[in-house]
Amino acid sequence: METIVILGAGHAGCQAAFALRENGFRGRVTLVNGEEAAPYQRPPLSKGYMKSGRRDEILLRAETAFADHDIHLVSGVAEEIDRDRQQVRLGTGDALPYDHLILAVGTVNRRVSVPAGDTGVHYLKSLRDADILRGRLPQTRRVAVIGAGFIGLEFAALTAAQGKTVEVVDIGTRVMARATSEEVSDFFRHRHQDAGVRFHLGQGVAEIFRHLGNRATLLTTAGGEIEADLVVAGIGVMPNTELAARAGLAVDNGIVVDTYLSTTDPAISAIGDCAQFPSPHAAAPIRLESVQNANDHAKCVARRLTGDRRPYAAVPWFWSDQGSDKLQIAGLPGEADRQVLRGDPERNRFSVFRFRNGQLASVESVNQPAEHMVARRLIGSRSETLADQASDAAVAAKELLLHLQPGNAHASV
Amino acid sequence: MPSLTFVSPQGVRREITVSGNSSAMNAARLNGIGGIEAECGGALSCGTCHVYVDEADIEKLPPPSDEEGDMLDLVAAPRKATSRLCCQIELSDEIDSLILHIPETQF
Repeated sequence: METIVILGAGHAGCQAAFALRENGFRGRVTLVNGEEAAPYQRPPLSKGYMKSGRRDEILLRAETAFADHDIHLVSGVAEEIDRDRQQVRLGTGDALPYDHLILAVGTVNRRVSVPAGDTGVHYLKSLRDADILRGRLPQTRRVAVIGAGFIGLEFAALTAAQGKTVEVVDIGTRVMARATSEEVSDFFRHRHQDAGVRFHLGQGVAEIFRHLGNRATLLTTAGGEIEADLVVAGIGVMPNTELAARAGLAVDNGIVVDTYLSTTDPAISAIGDCAQFPSPHAAAPIRLESVQNANDHAKCVARRLTGDRRPYAAVPWFWSDQGSDKLQIAGLPGEADRQVLRGDPERNRFSVFRFRNGQLASVESVNQPAEHMVARRLIGSRSETLADQASDAAVAAKELLLHLQPGNAHASV
Repeated sequence: MPSLTFVSPQGVRREITVSGNSSAMNAARLNGIGGIEAECGGALSCGTCHVYVDEADIEKLPPPSDEEGDMLDLVAAPRKATSRLCCQIELSDEIDSLILHIPETQF
């Protein structure tokens, strides 16, 4: 194999490029960056970067590192994949031939749908979005956040800490309903309320009335009104599947890949947020939006392209920093038939172990990074009968690892 | 400006110069040093930026915090007296040079 082209220079694309070099790939690596900025990390945009504005802290790699590793970083957006000729045509008109193509094209924001349109509604996905929001914060007094997911709540916590009036509206009856258990959801709602955030749960946004300047009034489906001079929405994303679909690749809720992350064309792989893949941790194919998944997908494909073909089986994990609290989730959220609470929510340190069919399925940890690390290994080992030990508060998290079979103590990627 | 040398498990050395205040993990990430995973981005919550500080350099650093110690108990490669998470190693002009050995595995 001579030439590998990677579309998308986010966490997945960038990691794939460097992992190929780390694995000794000597051919040409072209990394196509569709954004104006040099490749950067996304999680800090709603956290540290929103406060500091320091770009040097969020770069994925130093600009010199690309040349140092002989990675051709080019700017452009792919317009078409010509599978017969094995080349990608960029908007600039340039054609990039490939022996293997890696799609790491990410997602686009789901937009707020109200009769008057979403003009004036801000989203927080790109560095550009973050810079615009940072610029608006000094003159903002009242913030309306649509969506009580990770990004909405991180932004709510950050602006509440700056003394702004913050109101959050979400169609779900509890915060982070998609990602967390009721216990964790309730904990975070209380913490945000203690910090001054007001919630409007179980209601959607029916209309947004724009007034002079930046002022707006949100009308909720329950008839409530929220006055704001900054409206930010974090209501989810959709995978970028259009390019792949036009090229005739299978797409569903994401670009469809097999357990090796290969698309229906063996010369094309898809990784990260855009890929729908089979997982030993889920009954049906899944698509995940996380740094962990982006990085581990990238490494899995880089290994395969350098001769080490292994199915993808990494334990999913997620994190969110909200105010001074750190939430970490190992495994996939979902139904549980047994649940064990370890630690004490009153003291702001606890974990929720959730079991399905006798197996540990997920662990949500609040301000307990060591328990989170243990959880990742326990879930990766796929061993059984841990519920009783986990319920025993006298058993330290570390000791739970002792129940694992030898050789299983470290979850493999 | 402090100079930082990473030594791979195979003994390959890479020296980088760090400008301004930064963590050793951040410097490793920016320069694409393999074997420093730093999955959580430096939040002291994943234990995948484990390094062994060279014995000659260990005195240059303050001891690990309790939180870092808890995480070091769980790193994948064996914990040694010189084990640190390099997201917690803050570089400044007071540290002229540092040699960090990368363990066999971070998982």
